[in-house]
Amino acid sequence: MSVILVFLLVVFGFSLWWLSQQRLLSKPWTEQGLAVDPSHRGEAAMPTAKIALGIFLAVVGALFALFASAYFMRMEYSDWQAPPVPSVIWANTAILVAASIALEIAARTARDGRIDISRVALAIAGAATLVFLAGQLVAWQQLSLAGHYLEVNPANGFFYLLTGMHGLHIIGGLIALGFTLVALSAQAPISGQLQLRVELCAMYWHFLLFVWLGLLVLLAGWAGDFIAICKQVLT
Amino acid sequence: MVDVTPHDESGVPPAEVPELELYHPKSWWTTYVFSQDAKTIAIQYSGTAIAIGFVALVLSWLMRLQLGFPGTFDFITPEAYYQFVTMHGMIMVIYLLTALFLGGFGNYLIPLMVGARDMVFPYINMLSYWIYLLAVLVLVVSFFAPGGPTGAGWTLYPPQAILSGTPGGQGAGIILMLVSLILFIIGFTMGGLNYVVTVIQGRTRGMTLMRLPLTVWGIFTATVMALLAFPALFVACVMMLFDRLLGTSFFMPALVDAGEQLSYGGGSPILFQHLFWFFGHPEVYIVALPAFGIVSDLISTHARKNIFGYRMMVWAIIIIGALSFVVWAHHMYVSGMHPWFGFFFATTTLIIAIPTAIKVYNWVLTLWRGDIHLRVPMLFALAFIVTFVNGGLTGLFLGNVVVDVPLSDTMFVVAHFHMVMGVAPILVIFGAIYHWYPKITGRMFHEGMAQFHFWVTFLGAYAIFFPMHYVGLVGVPRRYPEIGDTAFVPDSVQDLNAFITMAALIVGFAQIVFLFNIFWSLRHGREAGGNPWRATSLEWQTPTTPPPHGNWGDHVPVVYRWAYDYSVPGASQDFIAQNDPGTGIKAPRPA
Ligand code: HEM
Ligand SMILES: [Cu+2]
Repeated sequence: MSVILVFLLVVFGFSLWWLSQQRLLSKPWTEQGLAVDPSHRGEAAMPTAKIALGIFLAVVGALFALFASAYFMRMEYSDWQAPPVPSVIWANTAILVAASIALEIAARTARDGRIDISRVALAIAGAATLVFLAGQLVAWQQLSLAGHYLEVNPANGFFYLLTGMHGLHIIGGLIALGFTLVALSAQAPISGQLQLRVELCAMYWHFLLFVWLGLLVLLAGWAGDFIAICKQVLT
Repeated sequence: MVDVTPHDESGVPPAEVPELELYHPKSWWTTYVFSQDAKTIAIQYSGTAIAIGFVALVLSWLMRLQLGFPGTFDFITPEAYYQFVTMHGMIMVIYLLTALFLGGFGNYLIPLMVGARDMVFPYINMLSYWIYLLAVLVLVVSFFAPGGPTGAGWTLYPPQAILSGTPGGQGAGIILMLVSLILFIIGFTMGGLNYVVTVIQGRTRGMTLMRLPLTVWGIFTATVMALLAFPALFVACVMMLFDRLLGTSFFMPALVDAGEQLSYGGGSPILFQHLFWFFGHPEVYIVALPAFGIVSDLISTHARKNIFGYRMMVWAIIIIGALSFVVWAHHMYVSGMHPWFGFFFATTTLIIAIPTAIKVYNWVLTLWRGDIHLRVPMLFALAFIVTFVNGGLTGLFLGNVVVDVPLSDTMFVVAHFHMVMGVAPILVIFGAIYHWYPKITGRMFHEGMAQFHFWVTFLGAYAIFFPMHYVGLVGVPRRYPEIGDTAFVPDSVQDLNAFITMAALIVGFAQIVFLFNIFWSLRHGREAGGNPWRATSLEWQTPTTPPPHGNWGDHVPVVYRWAYDYSVPGASQDFIAQNDPGTGIKAPRPA
């Protein structure tokens, strides 16, 4: 359970930082009148949707951290073998990186009001992501052609499970991205609301890319090597 | 104090988070069924939770009938008993308590108490309820599935959960259970995001975090915990579904079932236990923290005194929330673990007792020399404190490895957890329903019926669970439909069991009085007015009662003080509402 505990530590650290700005040491019973909210620092508050997405990503992060914990614990048992790594996932990784970059461009150009570039970049990101999903399906096919079925050993099971979970989250993102793209195509001068939506898409994609890289570390067996090295250092 | 009328908002800094655009329903359907108003969603959540809770109550009757009069009821086979235990436990913990505290009270109280017009994402909030309803329906369907519902125990431990020897293990029962849980978690996450973000972003001007009523603090912290803990259950459920449906061996070791070697091999049941309890222990506090918060507010209001040690109460809630993520393995002492781990988890478990004890002291000190009004909500709050202390003390025993090992899996444990997380939160729920009923409906409940309901429930619960401690100490194991002849259990235990069963039946029937009261008072209750308890927090200051769509009419309230200004010396009334700008000036009279 070490992965999830490390993850929680990060979340708790962040919460503590936030709480520390909320004057938890104040004595509310002595203060009447309009206390100015400490988060009111003159600048505009962070958009609600962004905060919500941040919290949602923390939940998604916890989910994958738990999967990773389970993966490590299952690894300890004697029947474990390293999962097969179909070659196509390297190409998929590159495509997902490309999608993330395209979204970053879309977000930045949207902020500058260059809506036509933004629109194209967003479309490219969506298309690249679709290719990524197709590539993941190819990976599944490669595996099953090679006889690596789901139930043959636990590593295979994890491969299908983790890529599937990740893919489902990507699909959810694609739906949001689709709506954003439609809105972006319909609007001539881009509204702040819409800029925010593109930015949120980018944020979500970067996070899922990060998760994917983490999964890759797990599935490619680097994590196991890393742990072995740590153990050697410790003993 | 400056002399301003409440609606003169000059000098009030403008809101930084723009007010959200309210969705205005256009038809009967979108007003009452597919409603996006948090108050309606709250009532939908509560109604569904209470309805399915009654199913769990009936299941507990059936179990008690079997335990009290073994062999009398032919239809209660051992398999059926396991199914009753499992469904009872699961429904009570997740579909009733979690849904009611967070989905019910969270939805109703958060926007009103922080001075918002609604949750920040009303549409997602609505989806949350409908997915919850779907989860409940899937659960109900499992009662009628071939092979019946699962009988794996509410902990669903593999490997037995998906083997043929367990009711529902090879049928649809366990699958439907897992699917229902997964749906519940998805639905909850949608709602939970709303509750958290509304507290962070939706507060009205002047409502600093340290001015929030403790109810909001409790629900807020519990929701954050639930958002982080439920994924563990989600992972466990998904992986078990894979094992059951697709033949993977995440949790399943090599084993022989009914003389047949199964194709599973190498999996780890302990892995499941870690995941389950990583969720399961925080779950206890997910239920407890909202109860703590609500009780603080009930006590303060009905004792006409400010809550003692508000800051400590807030800190304690946060500390309990954080610590409860590092104690999960105390549920696994008997699963075998490294003694150092056992020591670590025993220590963290005992440390949680400190902030918890602080809270209890603070409640008692709030009561000290208060102007205590023994109205029904207050009775329930006091009963909660007594019960919680009671269950907490036996918990301290069980937190120690050496004590837990012999008592684990006896009726002593059943008695313990029913005290702390069964009876205690349920008492708070009743207290809270009576407390906010006048706000929700605009009418008072019938006092006599409510008193009757209180006394039967409170005394009855003790009649049920006090003797059960003794039954456990004698050595009667839990989850056994009957014990038969043993060398260590005296015959008199059977008489005690029959007594407990009678008490359980009586307590169960008393709940019908509660339901009747709720519906009867809708029509026949006395008009309550806007603030019958003369309470300070914002929900009592709405322009009309029940609060309208959008909660506040034209003016969102502005907050000038904390939520506990009761019996302030020199004030003209014995309470000063949170939106009251100065001591001499009256807040706008709620209608
Ligand atoms: C009238 C009230 C209640 C009665 C009479 C009652 C009775 C019982 C009985 C007889 C058992 C089975 C004991 C065994 O054989 O192992 C049980 C188990 C359980 N009950 Fe209750 N109960 C009540 C209320 C509640 C409430 C409010 C909760 C909410 C937390 C709850 C949670 C549980 C749990 C988690 C189990 C364990 C299930 C398992 O072993 O898998 N009960 N209850
Ligand atoms: Cu625990």
